[in-house]
Amino acid sequence: MFESLSEKFSSIFKKITGRGILSDANIQEALKEVRLALLEADVNYKVVKNVVEEIRQRAVGKEVLQSLTPGQQLIKIVNEELTRLMGDVKQGLQLLGRTPHALMLVGLQGSGKTTTAAKLAVHLQKQGRHPYLVPADIYRPAAIEQLIKLAKQINVPFYPTNPSQKPEDICMDSLSKAGKEGSDVLIIDTAGRLHIDEAMMDELVRIRKKINPAEILLVADAMTGQDAVNVAKHFNETLDISGVILSKMEGDARGGAALSIKAVTEKPIKFIGVGEKIDSLEPFYPDRMASQILGMGDVLSLIEKAQAELDESEALKLQKKLRKNEFDLEDFKGQLQQIKKIGSFEQILGMLPGIGQLKKLKQMNHDDKELVKVEAIINSMTTQERRSYKIINGSRRRRIALGSGTTVQDVNRLLKNFAQTKKMMERFSKKGYSGMGALFG
Amino acid sequence: MIKFFSKEDKNGGVLERLRHGLSKTRSSISGRLDRLFLGKKEITGDLLEEVEEILFTSDIGVVTTQELINLLQDKVARKELKDPEKLKAVLREYMLSFLRIDSPAQSFPLNGQPLVIMVVGVNGVGKTTSIGKIASRYKSEGKSVMLVAADTFRAAAVEQLIIWGDRAGAEVIKQSTGSDPSAVVFDGLTAAVSRVFDVVIIDTAGRLHTKTNLMQELQKINRVIGQKIQGAPHEIWLVLDATTGQNSISQAEVFNNILGLTGIILTKLDGTAKGGIVVGISHQLGIPIRYIGIGEKIDDLRPFDPDDFVKAIFE
Ligand SMILES: Nc1nc2c(ncn2[C@@H]2O[C@H](COP(=O)(O)OP(=O)(O)OP(=O)(O)O)[C@@H](O)[C@H]2O)c(=O)[nH]1
Ligand SMILES: [Mg+2]
Repeated sequence: MFESLSEKFSSIFKKITGRGILSDANIQEALKEVRLALLEADVNYKVVKNVVEEIRQRAVGKEVLQSLTPGQQLIKIVNEELTRLMGDVKQGLQLLGRTPHALMLVGLQGSGKTTTAAKLAVHLQKQGRHPYLVPADIYRPAAIEQLIKLAKQINVPFYPTNPSQKPEDICMDSLSKAGKEGSDVLIIDTAGRLHIDEAMMDELVRIRKKINPAEILLVADAMTGQDAVNVAKHFNETLDISGVILSKMEGDARGGAALSIKAVTEKPIKFIGVGEKIDSLEPFYPDRMASQILGMGDVLSLIEKAQAELDESEALKLQKKLRKNEFDLEDFKGQLQQIKKIGSFEQILGMLPGIGQLKKLKQMNHDDKELVKVEAIINSMTTQERRSYKIINGSRRRRIALGSGTTVQDVNRLLKNFAQTKKMMERFSKKGYSGMGALFG
Repeated sequence: MIKFFSKEDKNGGVLERLRHGLSKTRSSISGRLDRLFLGKKEITGDLLEEVEEILFTSDIGVVTTQELINLLQDKVARKELKDPEKLKAVLREYMLSFLRIDSPAQSFPLNGQPLVIMVVGVNGVGKTTSIGKIASRYKSEGKSVMLVAADTFRAAAVEQLIIWGDRAGAEVIKQSTGSDPSAVVFDGLTAAVSRVFDVVIIDTAGRLHTKTNLMQELQKINRVIGQKIQGAPHEIWLVLDATTGQNSISQAEVFNNILGLTGIILTKLDGTAKGGIVVGISHQLGIPIRYIGIGEKIDDLRPFDPDDFVKAIFE
């Protein structure tokens, strides 16, 4: 549904000819896109405002690096800024003081607390700790059973909660029980509740007072929208949480809630949940989160790789050719070699200025195996054939197929796609589009 | 730590300002719109931009917000809308038109066959709870209701549904955790047909729409239902959590592509989230919202009323 930010940038920055310095004037339009991209990613709109202003201040006056387009340069700045805002790399659990330590999980209904409790137990076990699971959700039907089942599955002792007990009593009692049983960390699974439910929030405060937990972790769904700020603010103000765990990160949510929550709480995001399986808990990496929010996947790190690997003048030459539609299979061969240096075909597409704009490219499956085939076919051509593909007649096609270990149909398909691509480039050449990806269509 | 969030800022710290600002957002959108229009005789670009910002906070989303703004702008350009005071009413009308989908729910009788409803959605949105509530509604209409525990994956999911079955007075058909959900569904439908139940509601395991194999599993369940009872499932409802942001669009699109949804249930509207995302979903996919969830109790379910919903967004 949405174009990615890098696509929008490359079209905006096409207007800026040559290279030079990012200025207030030439980044204005791009910053509007940054704003929209952040909103699309569910970052709270007030947070967006502040972040965009911060980015603007950092970007103005920056010189555009030789090997980057202005768009890439700005994306780089945006990414660095988001990464910085997202906090420090890897924040583990702080289990200090007397054992057993208590670790309390809090959050809205359905945010993933129970599963996360079991995941944390496994994580702690791996670190040589002896966790103890405490079902303190006496409200939701079968919530106690759910945690107990998980505890048995992973072989972790648990408190045999009776739903008629008060949650604070459950926690107090389990503290002494856990100690006696030789456990050193309590993981308390509290009931999901709305941040505006005062009576229920009070219950958490009572638990907190009674057991003085080492960590109070807010479990928040990575898919949360604008409301994330309200939720995080309330939980933090009521309980002074010590950190955040983002759940359900393996989906396709852009996860802007992470930025919103970090902004209002200033508390570290400690873990992310990436699946329903009990071992799918991972440390939080600010840089990955930043690129996910921008919706650019690995393109960012590739920009850096490209700086090192892509031959600047070669790239310029190629761009010129693309624009004039003089791109031939010989050039394509050269590109394939560059691709191999950097990574997959898909990866390089995002780095070539303008190329991401072809909608069609996104629908295609850039199979690396396919790439090998294409390369073999092209390598089996003579230079002359590569320079002017039109001379490749039936017998030449058979020879090429034989030489590359492919079929005549494969060769036909490649040539047909290349011809179509040339046509497409002709149509778009004024706008600077390029379409060598269609070779794989 | 960081300049943006640091506390040494002259104006009491950006964080302070942000916090302050946030507490203000709790005041009604309507109030903010009124303030916006106060003393302005013309609908300016600035004004529209501010409206846009306001729409964002209810999770209406970039695409739908832009669509709504474009509609407003067209009206302004055609000189049909000059008075800033009227802008709110016009906007509300557009939103209502997006939400009013003419597609009535399947009605009884079905030639003696049970009405089969399949409930799907991502993890934790409120499927099982909503099923309990819906079962209770049908029971109060005098229907016999069977619940099928087709979430054979999540720990204690079956136990949870059994408790809801008890509360609603509905029978629950189950097998052990780990068994094939299609098989549970097949057995359930066989029992429902032979014992002439009016309504069968199928609780499926929560799954992220990006997991292809799990989505295929749903397709299989869907097929099995159709093989057992022709024309069934009569209803396939997607449960969406009002707290979720833009990802709801992706959820609705994928579940709809895979299954062909006939309705949406929007849960957790008792919190502070507005659930504005359904405005665009309903409009773009033409799927009606059937019910809203407003709490964890058995009667915390209401039929969806577009007027009330839009009113709540502007409140
Ligand atoms: N406040 C509020 N909570 C709700 C509502 N609907 C469901 N819940 C709560 O949300 C949590 C998850 O609900 P479930 O019904 O278990 O959700 P589910 O979709 O079946 O979850 P899985 O089967 O685990 O994917 C529970 O704590 C429910 O009590 C609602 O309308 N408002
Ligand atoms: Mg369920």
